[in-house]
Amino acid sequence: MKKNYVSQFIGFTFLRFCVFIVIGILLIILWDVFSKGACAISWEFLTKAPTNGMTKGGIFPAIVGTFFVTVITAALSIPLGMGCAIFLNEYAKDTKITRLIRMSIRNLSGVPSIVYGLFGVVLFVQILNLSTSMLAAGMTLGLMTLPWTITASEEALKSIPNSYREGSLALGATKWQAIRTNVLPYSIPGMLTGVILGLSRAAGETAPILFTGAAFFLPFLPKSLSDQFMALPYHLYIMATQHHDIEGVRPLAYGTALVLITFVFGMNIFSVVLRYQLRKIKKE
Amino acid sequence: MQGTAMKNEKFLNATSIFRSQATTQTSSKSVRGESASPVKKNIKIKVESFNFYYGNTWALKNIQIAIKENNVVGIIGPSGCGKSTFLRCINRMNDIIKNTRAEGFIYIDGKNIYEKDQDVVTLRRDVGMVFQKSNPFPKSVFENVAYGLRINGVKDQRVIAQKVEKSLKDAAIWDEVKDRLSDSPFSLSGGQQQRLCIARALAIEPRILLLDEPASALDPIATSKVEELIHQLKKEYTIIIVTHNMQQAARVSDFSAFFMMGELIEYDATSKIFTNPSNKITEDYVTGRFG
Repeated sequence: MKKNYVSQFIGFTFLRFCVFIVIGILLIILWDVFSKGACAISWEFLTKAPTNGMTKGGIFPAIVGTFFVTVITAALSIPLGMGCAIFLNEYAKDTKITRLIRMSIRNLSGVPSIVYGLFGVVLFVQILNLSTSMLAAGMTLGLMTLPWTITASEEALKSIPNSYREGSLALGATKWQAIRTNVLPYSIPGMLTGVILGLSRAAGETAPILFTGAAFFLPFLPKSLSDQFMALPYHLYIMATQHHDIEGVRPLAYGTALVLITFVFGMNIFSVVLRYQLRKIKKE
Repeated sequence: MQGTAMKNEKFLNATSIFRSQATTQTSSKSVRGESASPVKKNIKIKVESFNFYYGNTWALKNIQIAIKENNVVGIIGPSGCGKSTFLRCINRMNDIIKNTRAEGFIYIDGKNIYEKDQDVVTLRRDVGMVFQKSNPFPKSVFENVAYGLRINGVKDQRVIAQKVEKSLKDAAIWDEVKDRLSDSPFSLSGGQQQRLCIARALAIEPRILLLDEPASALDPIATSKVEELIHQLKKEYTIIIVTHNMQQAARVSDFSAFFMMGELIEYDATSKIFTNPSNKITEDYVTGRFG
């Protein structure tokens, strides 16, 4: 018996150690960004465009750009991804072809983002002739998040007990009625959580927007979907590696990183709150 | 929106007309060779050479059975004998299970429900089903019962409220839930949840009620309430109940069908099945020698 307790102790200690390492790394990153970026944050930094060769001024155009590109990404990825998930989980028969489709979707979520970027250049910029624009970049990011959206939505649908579907069908509902009235309402909180996590990942991506629409520096804000735009992750990349005075703009780079992290955290917190609210409504 | 409501009224009217026609039609015919029945009644469900397969497994073998209107038929047999499968064939719930196949005929009011032109949605409106594990939806008590009406296009809130109240009264649960109609059904006890599911099935006014072990998860008091309810309901419905519990079958059913290994071994008046079965296997089972 005593031996069992010893091995349990060793096991738990190891697991605890893993958790500490992971959380520790995260905290170090956050602390680093916070301590070095906080001093750059000011009202001016958030609301002014960069000036003097990006050594002064703020990051307002980049915030605007990232926001709107994320909206375009969501507009493409949410309806397509949810629709695809509903079809795969509720309608499609379990055949070799659907299994192949599922496997491809899972694999697509592992494709490096630069590949999506190059694909976006070919499809949206060249073939569809959208030019390097906010639309092309948003759609490229939309494609990139699709596998995440589909997988998360499918998992949410799978978590709905089959007895809801059967109970509904047994009352004379058509399949679509059963899904619409007795499956979707309960799976939407779960779907949204997954979708927003995918979107927040897209908001922080550089590679897919690098060739499809993000600009190094623009003296004006984008006026339409076909304009180029500045984006937080790309701006950060330039400040950290491409600028002629990297040391001089380091505080600005940290400030940008802090804003980007806050943006992504904000989305994640929003998804948690949203899910909580929807669950509460459902229970009442 | 208006269109669906009207269509639904038509549908309700059509069903009632169909119902009265069906009764007159069948009552004019003589009831064939049913010497075992104490009271002569119309045949509601007739099953002929019916087979059912799960992939390569032959789950129901050449079933023949005739069930009369306003009777309660208890289906008994050991686990895995095909009781539930048979029940789920009567409202074609097995259609949604992949890789299954049905052969043969099930006539309801003289119409084969496995005919190609049979609309399963209409069938399931006429043949209500209550599942083994009570499955209230995560909506309020009221909305659970109203659900069937709403999906069938009933829009008038007054009609819905009336029917919900009537169904809850018919399911003998009204007094217990009338003050908590907007509560979650998960705050009810297991027995109340199951009676709520029965009320939900009654709300769309089916003609036949299929009960798949409705009391298997309930305590004795809740069970006796459900059994009492079945007694009440048979005045208006034809009821088929699958049960594991032989005392229950003896208590609630007029006729009993004993299934084993996918075959219907014996079907007769319940009193005969439990006191003087013709088949040796039936006797062994009902006296508790196996199963």
